[in-house]
Amino acid sequence: MTSGTLQHAGARSNHIRKSRADRTFDLIIYTIAVIMTLLALYPMYFIVIASISDPNQVAQGNVLLWPQGFSMEGYSYLFSMGNLWRGYLNTILYSLAGTLIMLAVNIPVAYSLSRRDLVGRGFFTFFFIFPMFFGGGLIPTFIILNNTFGLVDTFTVMVLPFSVISYYIVVARTFFQTSLPGELWDAAQIDGCGNLRYFFTIVLPLSKAILAVIALWAAVGHWNSYFNAMIYLRTPEKYPLQLVMRNILINNEMAASAMTGSAAADINRKANLIKYGAIVVSSLPIMTMYPFVQKYFNQGVMIGALKG
Amino acid sequence: MQRTGSVRRGHTWEHIRRNWGLYLLMLPAMVIFICFTYLPMYGVIIAFKDFKPAMGIWGSHWAGLKYFERYFNSYMFGNTIVNTLVISLYTLAATFPLPILLALMCNQMYAKRFKKVFQVSTYLPHFISTVVMCGMIIMFLSPSSGVIPKILGLMGIPVGDLMGNADAFSGIYVWTEVWQHVGWDSIMYIAALSAIDPQLYEAAEVDGASKWQKIRAIDIPMLVPTMVTLFILRCGSLLGVGFEKVYLLQNDLNIARSEIISTYLYKMGLKSNQYSYSAAIGLFNNVVNFVILILVNQISKKLSDTSLF
Repeated sequence: MTSGTLQHAGARSNHIRKSRADRTFDLIIYTIAVIMTLLALYPMYFIVIASISDPNQVAQGNVLLWPQGFSMEGYSYLFSMGNLWRGYLNTILYSLAGTLIMLAVNIPVAYSLSRRDLVGRGFFTFFFIFPMFFGGGLIPTFIILNNTFGLVDTFTVMVLPFSVISYYIVVARTFFQTSLPGELWDAAQIDGCGNLRYFFTIVLPLSKAILAVIALWAAVGHWNSYFNAMIYLRTPEKYPLQLVMRNILINNEMAASAMTGSAAADINRKANLIKYGAIVVSSLPIMTMYPFVQKYFNQGVMIGALKG
Repeated sequence: MQRTGSVRRGHTWEHIRRNWGLYLLMLPAMVIFICFTYLPMYGVIIAFKDFKPAMGIWGSHWAGLKYFERYFNSYMFGNTIVNTLVISLYTLAATFPLPILLALMCNQMYAKRFKKVFQVSTYLPHFISTVVMCGMIIMFLSPSSGVIPKILGLMGIPVGDLMGNADAFSGIYVWTEVWQHVGWDSIMYIAALSAIDPQLYEAAEVDGASKWQKIRAIDIPMLVPTMVTLFILRCGSLLGVGFEKVYLLQNDLNIARSEIISTYLYKMGLKSNQYSYSAAIGLFNNVVNFVILILVNQISKKLSDTSLF
């Protein structure tokens, strides 16, 4: 769709000479776009150059455009931080298990809701969409999870209770509605194929695109979240990466700035030293993966935008 | 679909029996939703009770509207409501129109490779985690070593300690939100624009329309349904400002402007164990959000025929 429009626009500009106003317009657009690209990239670029610069130069604010006084001190200190790597491992486990569970529970619901011959479709759709707009809230949820199910400080609480996501269901349902021809199910039925076999052997293999979208969203969501861990985990050994990062980035900052004198300056230096490297290390998997899979993310948002 | 009683019922059971597999597919998610989402909705009645963990949700004694009154009469009520509204309205005012502008701009770019680079780089910040984002904000604004005070200082604008300045809080929150999500939020609009029939543009060109006129007469009207839908959704969370980012950016110096409903509720509930009080605040918050959503949806249905439900 997009490329068609683009080719068309290219052909058009060859035939019709641009007016002066239109050329000014283009100039303004591209100038703003260049500035915005730089503004979007600079903070991330800064983190990277600061992480490999001499910490004193960073502290004095001398690092602006290029690394100053190359130093790997921050990284070497990071590698000795056991809690960071444990957090990394925990996050990988939570993300893997959590993503698999999300796929396993949301995709089948989306398929069932996409079927027009499902009796009670209106009720079930309401059942799965309503929590998007209303909920019990933090405290009742905490009490149920803690007092009724005893899930606080378990692996389960990180991957199971919040695995049904209304939005994923809506997006996947729209996908099934728009991309699976109804005749396919009719034909399968004539051949004596039941709903379950049809779903697993025909629907799923045809739905790799939506599986990829949901899996990526779920994985990024798990990787980046700290809230549930902060509420429901007690043991530091179970903390995911983001909670460890919070202690490094946010809590240290506050603690260090509360002190005065030369001891504080040293703590501050050390704390800042590891922050830049920690940001790079914790964000690296997603940032490097993103450009390669961005088309799936975009696809997902666009499917979600279709009204179904 | 309307059929007479007995025939329809027989038909329905037939359908249900034939499609038992579809219900089985929904079962795991239903169990999870009932246990962890719908049960807490029932648990919300502790807002009307003196909840004692030992006595359970049902066994605790009724307290009527005591906890709601306590919240409405506390000085934190006005404070948290105002802070929440200031941050959310400011956020809406900035983060609603800007993605539309970005999409319109993106739609004008014909240099394919440049457009790609532009899109990937503006989407990228969306994937930074909230924790890292807040860490970056605090570091970048640090008065002693931060980049932003340094650059502003070189330009002759002294800013002081921005994180310690309560009045700067909403601005910091909103503009970093714009930085992080403006690109990503534009995707839906870009998708809507790419679906416009090129013949519309050709017709406009034959009539001698300039680029600016084409944007006003074609692009913007085509985006209206998407805008309305997203606007309704955003209004439904006016009192639901993201806890995660505000909580991480809070400190003792900016608390006067940064204590919002959800952070106050968290501190009351899980830090001071005032479960019922906190549940009452949460319920009040959710009900207000829900009512606003329904209202805006109805208004939009009347005015523009676009609605969520």
